[in-house]
Amino acid sequence: MNQKAQISNDKGLRFFGKMTASVTHEIKNALATINENAGLLTDYIAMAARGRPLDTEQLNKLSMRIKDQVKRADTLLKTLNRLAHSVDDPIKTVNLSEILQLFALLSVRFAAPRGITVDIGGRPESINIQTSPLLLLNALFLCLEFSMEATGRSQCIELKPEKTDTGVRIYFSPLPGIDRLSNDSFLSSQIPDLLENLTADFIIDTEAKSVALDLSDPLRPS
Amino acid sequence: MTEKVLLVDDEEDFLEVLSERMTNRGIEVSTATSATEAIRIAENESFDAIIVDLMMPEMDGLEALKLIKEKKPESQVILLTGHATVDKGIEAMKLGAMDFLEKPADLSQLTEKIKKAHAKKMIIVEKQIEEKVKKIMRTVGW
Repeated sequence: MNQKAQISNDKGLRFFGKMTASVTHEIKNALATINENAGLLTDYIAMAARGRPLDTEQLNKLSMRIKDQVKRADTLLKTLNRLAHSVDDPIKTVNLSEILQLFALLSVRFAAPRGITVDIGGRPESINIQTSPLLLLNALFLCLEFSMEATGRSQCIELKPEKTDTGVRIYFSPLPGIDRLSNDSFLSSQIPDLLENLTADFIIDTEAKSVALDLSDPLRPS
Repeated sequence: MTEKVLLVDDEEDFLEVLSERMTNRGIEVSTATSATEAIRIAENESFDAIIVDLMMPEMDGLEALKLIKEKKPESQVILLTGHATVDKGIEAMKLGAMDFLEKPADLSQLTEKIKKAHAKKMIIVEKQIEEKVKKIMRTVGW
């Protein structure tokens, strides 16, 4: 493996670790809430043993809360599982819509604390591309980090994929605060190896107030 | 004596249930769903322990801990986190946290820590009163 590929792999592994840590943290939150609900149920049983009648409405509320948290944890585990399978093959045909859905789920924990939502719209047209799923997610995440710095007053970042002659371009907009960020920011300076391995490029458009990840499909004739 | 606790977490379900369980154990509980709200409440009220989630929107638990300690140095802050790392634990202790617990936490363990916080706070407050009295005595010159 050449040095650039090694650096790119190391960055991919760091990104994988960061996402895994974030999702498992969220799972722990769901488990903590289930744990407290189970504890409260035990409290109610102990109170009933001392003569206080069980309140079915309270029990129903507990049951609903536990169900909600189990559903939440299940979604998180599915997300984690999909992320784990993203490294099954170094390069494979991916459905962009599915990758964007996974990306949206992974990004919630990073965007929400800043009051930002990530919108991937409805189901976009089916676009398949040959790429490295993990590196693509990594590049999308870097675009998001840049975009979150550039949202200005906008609290929603919309992701829009568009087919190009050579592959696909994924736009992040609106970014009203993009003028404040210089073009030689981390996007262009930090990750040339990642972009090279993805055959991708970042396009910062201050007029359109957007940043785009331009991705070439190696199998698509140019 | 009843312990008075401020619970801070952006997980509303968690906050509601833990609050009910603590109340059932005779603890007086106030809640906040953000660090900003917690700081505002802590400025106006006195608590034996402030239990803060490490990861919260807008401002994280460590930042909240720093601000609470700046405004009310006698505050006893216990940090709760979904994923405890040694680094975060050390950082929290350096910033003056009383303890650092991982979720899901055992309520009896948490209650013990609240009792310790209460005792610790009493000692600090007594010392503060003693200092104030000494100062008055020196100023008045009895």
